[in-house]
Amino acid sequence: MNVIWLLLLATGIVVAALNGNIEVVTEAALGAAKGAVEVCFDLVGVMALWLGIMKIAEKGGLVQSLARLLRPITVRLFPSVPSHHPAMGTIILNLSANMLGLGNAATPFGMKAMQELQELNQESDEASEAMCTFLALNTSCITLIPATIIAVRFSFSSANATEIVGACIFSTAISMVIAVYLDYWFRTKSRWRKK
Amino acid sequence: MLHTLLSLVSKWAIPVLLLTVPIYGHMKKVPVYEAFVEGAEEGFTTAVKIIPFLVGMMVAISVFRASGAMDYLSMILDPITSRIGAPSEVLPLAIMRPMSGSAVLGMATELMRVYGPDSFIGRLASVMQGTTDTTFFILTVYFGSVGIKKYRYAIVTGLTADITGFLASVYICNLLFR
Repeated sequence: MNVIWLLLLATGIVVAALNGNIEVVTEAALGAAKGAVEVCFDLVGVMALWLGIMKIAEKGGLVQSLARLLRPITVRLFPSVPSHHPAMGTIILNLSANMLGLGNAATPFGMKAMQELQELNQESDEASEAMCTFLALNTSCITLIPATIIAVRFSFSSANATEIVGACIFSTAISMVIAVYLDYWFRTKSRWRKK
Repeated sequence: MLHTLLSLVSKWAIPVLLLTVPIYGHMKKVPVYEAFVEGAEEGFTTAVKIIPFLVGMMVAISVFRASGAMDYLSMILDPITSRIGAPSEVLPLAIMRPMSGSAVLGMATELMRVYGPDSFIGRLASVMQGTTDTTFFILTVYFGSVGIKKYRYAIVTGLTADITGFLASVYICNLLFR
């Protein structure tokens, strides 16, 4: 991450200098810094709403029964998480929200899941195996309803706004398989190294 | 037909959730309002915690994009990607896909305005937008919310998934829509 961050920043500044428009850098950097805080504050309300709803579902036992239903799969994907740990339920909520294209609900559930995984993580500033698997699933997760892009297509009067859904599912399914496999490979490799 | 069904689902999903979860909780004798407030309390602290991570990430991405470095990168990659059937117009979209969700949506919208949603470029842009997620945003926000600074192999996994998603989109679009 350190290398990527430095690379993005340094190439940007060098290219801007070579192009003779270095003032762009200042504008972009300050604008983005301000924008980042705005993004966070936009998140506050949405986070509160979904975490509140989730608490009700949790206390009613809904999250737990969902987790129980999918336990055969989650146990294989997250061998380092005890099978009855609350994180499992939250992870499933996050992935289901992702699949339905409910981005604004997925983020709060995802952060909550990370907090629960962090409780199991002893080295507190380094990602655990389960976190890496969760994020591999999350970044490549299948979207069954790509609602935003369908709306855009519809607004430009596409003859068939939804014809891309099948293709989207195909390509996300492939990237998800690759992500899960690669995560498994890295996990085995890093365990082997520790020994 | 499919469009009406999908827009119906996305229109109703949130209202249905907001109705069924509290009713279910009430039936299970959960003090619903108290539980809601208790859960919602965490929203603020979590959102504030991610600010430093998000500032760092968004500044770097924004400088990279505004300086024109991204255009050079797509110029370098173009000879390779055009060989596998990806038009040069969609290349900036592919590069930005892991970095910024809103930038990519803007780019896809622009491509559809110029070339039409039913052109090859319009369809490919749609599929790329619907495939994979904004890896950098997710890593920054999720790890940031628990103060994780060392991402280990998560970044390589996420980016490989993005590249695979791009290649798969190009492949399936050439197969179906060419």
